Amino acid sequence: MAHDHDDYHHDHGQDPPSDMALRVKALESLLVDKGIVDPAALDVIIETYEHKVGPRNGARVVARAWSDPAYRARLMADATTAIAELGFAVDPGEALGILDDFVTLGGHLVPWPVLGLPPVWYKAAPYRSRAVIDPRGVMAEFGTRVADDVEVRVWDSTAEIRYLVVPQRSAGTDGLTEDQLADLVTRDSMIGVARL
Amino acid sequence: MNGVHDMGGMHGLGPIAPEADEPVFHADWEKRVLALNLTTGAGRWNIDAGRHAIERIPGPDYLRMSYYEKWFTRLGMLAVERGALTARELETGKPEGPKLTPALTADRVAAVLAHGGPVDRRIDAAPAFEVGDAVRARNLNPTGHTRLPRYARGRTGVIDRHHGAHVFPDSNAHFAGEDPRHLYTVRFTAPELWGEAASPRDAVYLDLWEPYLERA
Repeated sequence: MAHDHDDYHHDHGQDPPSDMALRVKALESLLVDKGIVDPAALDVIIETYEHKVGPRNGARVVARAWSDPAYRARLMADATTAIAELGFAVDPGEALGILDDFVTLGGHLVPWPVLGLPPVWYKAAPYRSRAVIDPRGVMAEFGTRVADDVEVRVWDSTAEIRYLVVPQRSAGTDGLTEDQLADLVTRDSMIGVARL
Repeated sequence: MNGVHDMGGMHGLGPIAPEADEPVFHADWEKRVLALNLTTGAGRWNIDAGRHAIERIPGPDYLRMSYYEKWFTRLGMLAVERGALTARELETGKPEGPKLTPALTADRVAAVLAHGGPVDRRIDAAPAFEVGDAVRARNLNPTGHTRLPRYARGRTGVIDRHHGAHVFPDSNAHFAGEDPRHLYTVRFTAPELWGEAASPRDAVYLDLWEPYLERA
């Protein structure tokens, strides 16, 4: 407990612990005391989601698809197997679908291993309510204006198939290496709300 | 169930407000809640039951709570419903009864996360629909769990892809068996869903199980 208390003050100065921090601490203690939870397992899970998965993984998939037409074909045919080539596994319960269009909004669920945990806005009511009925307005808020004659497709993923958008490659990037290309690919472009 | 979680197409829920340079977690307790859900849930509940628990949070609370506050609430609900804790233990924070053995130990976390929990299954029944078929989403209003959004019910679309059979959430969420059914991506035009003011070029794609669909 003293160790956690020190961590707390290290992170947040002299603020008292929040109500939620106290309630979570109490429930964690109970679950550990009951022998339901292995505290070391918590640390491994947190390390995984905080540092090992994230949009950098998805950016590598996109950069490889841009650079290697044969990889792109494999990715479109069987995304789950193709991302495994790069060392990424799909998350519990998932298959991965790939959407080959920048005006595609991959909605509702993101694939954690290649995009990381989703941002707050993605999980919150305003985006979840509007993406299906006003995708053009949502994309405009992210700086993406879509011409009236272009089709917009929204994928409201209701099953365990998670979708990753392979955005259109930026102009003027012909000479770049795969690593340099990966640096250009943003999480929001792989969700589909932003263009590169 | 027709809960507030099924909010596709609603207006008036505020601005999207993305946060610049957003951290993965906003507080240490959020990390703990995420990990506690995965460890406590191992062997006790499935992803569908987990979603349904969050849907069962009363609507006004659901709308007020942050994402991880909902996860915290779900953890307590399912820990009691699945017999890991008694209601009194949850209330007092004091353990009673015999000590248990953790289902998910640290040495197995990497393998469990990598292996995942695939939901595709083989079934004998032939698919009722094929790509290109016109289908209507049935007007179902179950009080239990479903993944058929209200905005699609009664609307007509076209089968875009067939994914084989997947575990059926409407059954699995209630621990009534996996009952795998054929799963399809169905394309609905925006005017079919939202009326003639919507762009005829736009479409919404939904992954829907066969029991949600009828031939149109």
